[in-house]
Amino acid sequence: MNKKKSNRLFMLGNEACGAGAIAAGVRFFAGYPITPSTEIAEYMARELPKVGGIFIQMEDELASMGALLGASAAGAKAMTATSGPGFTLMQEFIRYAGLSEIPCVIVDVMRGGMIQPAQGDVMQSRWGPYGNHPIIVLSASTVPEMFFLTMKAVNFSEKFRVPVILLSDESIGHLRETVEIPDVESLEIINRKKPEVPPEDFEPMSPGEDLVPAMACIGEGYRVKGYSGLVRNKKGNPTSDPEAKDYLTRRLQNKIDYHLPEIQLSQERDTEDADVVIFSHGSVVRPAHRASTLARQKGIKTGVLKATTIWPFPREDIERLSKRVKAIIVPELNLGQIIGEVERWTKGRIPVIGIQKVDGNLITAEDILAKVEEVAK
Amino acid sequence: MESMKNVVTTKEIKSYLNKSARRIWCAGCGNGICMGALIRAIVRLQILRDKVVIVSGIGCSGRASGYLDFDSMQTPHGRPITCATGIKLMRPEMHVIVFSGDGDIAAIGGNHLIHAARRNIDITVIVVNNQIYGMTGGQVAPTTPHGALASTAPYRNIESPFDICKLALAAGATYVARSTTFHVNQMVSFIERGIANRGFSLIEVMSQCPTQYGKLNNIGTPAEMLLWFKEKTINIKRSEEKTSEEIRGEIITGEFITERRPELTELYSQLLKRAQSKRSNDET
Repeated sequence: MNKKKSNRLFMLGNEACGAGAIAAGVRFFAGYPITPSTEIAEYMARELPKVGGIFIQMEDELASMGALLGASAAGAKAMTATSGPGFTLMQEFIRYAGLSEIPCVIVDVMRGGMIQPAQGDVMQSRWGPYGNHPIIVLSASTVPEMFFLTMKAVNFSEKFRVPVILLSDESIGHLRETVEIPDVESLEIINRKKPEVPPEDFEPMSPGEDLVPAMACIGEGYRVKGYSGLVRNKKGNPTSDPEAKDYLTRRLQNKIDYHLPEIQLSQERDTEDADVVIFSHGSVVRPAHRASTLARQKGIKTGVLKATTIWPFPREDIERLSKRVKAIIVPELNLGQIIGEVERWTKGRIPVIGIQKVDGNLITAEDILAKVEEVAK
Repeated sequence: MESMKNVVTTKEIKSYLNKSARRIWCAGCGNGICMGALIRAIVRLQILRDKVVIVSGIGCSGRASGYLDFDSMQTPHGRPITCATGIKLMRPEMHVIVFSGDGDIAAIGGNHLIHAARRNIDITVIVVNNQIYGMTGGQVAPTTPHGALASTAPYRNIESPFDICKLALAAGATYVARSTTFHVNQMVSFIERGIANRGFSLIEVMSQCPTQYGKLNNIGTPAEMLLWFKEKTINIKRSEEKTSEEIRGEIITGEFITERRPELTELYSQLLKRAQSKRSNDET
């Protein structure tokens, strides 16, 4: 294959995800077949061995996550992909990954029913596991984003030692678009922080200034303790000390908050003078942009806030916009999930109007335009 | 297989413990005997300490991974074999040992057990079978004998217990053995052979839980429970000469299978070569 041409590829969303993972250094994938995510597993089964990586199909999604975390704890950058029902089974280990700070990426190609697009896992991606746990959730709206956000997800998970969820849906996973892949050398690759002290001085649960502890992996001579779902002290031993529990629970969340400016990714279009703003993420972004353009042609000053990182929620964007615009429209492929967060941070200053579609079809620009016109009246 | 080193001193055993961990096991518990046997087996095999990783799940015995001074991982309940699978695939040079209880391995983790055995991945699973859920307070387990009492079987257990060894055997494990906490030397040699086997190995150890099972079923002191294992045990070779009626309720100990079959990580390294030679062919 010609090297220059290979940088411009016409790809399926799910393939772009696999390519992004390998570009980011993912060398372990464990998964279980589920529509509409299966092409990611198939891509990894085919491509990972070529770069010396490991693919294994496990007996269920619980086991996929277990293998993933075992491999990550042993030093691999690791990823899995699934859809709603499988994502539900993964929640147990997602909490464990958060608590034991094992980097991992979970791609959830959301579905409603069998093959229709949906955004039903927005709240599950934040609050699926029990208890308190840190999480970063990104939402892809195009095929190129499936490539670049998969890379971003891997980098975030490695840097912050946190599980990162990449949400997509059937309409993105099964869409074909051209992806411009930059030279490998120009891509940013982040690797987990390694201990700088000998094993006898190493404390697995002592973080640096960035609130992230260095990670000693299995097989590196550190006799690692601390990979556990229990509350642990600095040495990694289980403890029931209330102070230690409070410290760990808060640190795990604080390490996300501390890095918020870096983690919080969003883009605005035409919001400077807008009266109406459409809040969108994932497959709703495209019709939102189109609706905004059509509304402006009709003289309604409309803009779009596209959330790329949906958890932590872009509260500052919403707080700022809600002091300036007259209404925010929140189209979703569910019965209203992220709209609750938008309402929470507008604090009643302006109306927040939802569009909720759950018949398996995509939200169209016309659906959104009709609502914009209604609001602007 | 001939052991390299036969005498293991208490001092040596203690050097393998994580001294900073607070231990929660009850007096008379069988977990310590099993953990000691595991250390003895590792010392006798003269394996480098940093080539061993201990993976355990949830339950009393699941705490062992944190009590030992090796690389370790304590997984969610029922999942140690899944994590061990990921570790072994990433680090084929390591001895991956799962040390966990009957509830963890045979109830909530039963599906992972049979699939790991089917794959014949080189993991050694030590199941400490105390026939009950100890940590949560004596609930019935899939290994509790028919007719026994448990806090969730107050009118006696109407279900039948799993035979974990037969299950592992049928699923494709290449080394399967059963011992008891009374038969420590036998247990040590079975663990040694399990670790030395390049494939999926399972060693089930019948162990006593005087605090829960013993008390609920009025079996007596820990020492009496150990003697009960002695009396109730029959070797697999002798059991084959008897009718199933004659050995009903007996604990069959010994080796159920020692077999050589291609191991998963060996097969995977061959797969890598195939995929990469195909790649270089495609490119030329």
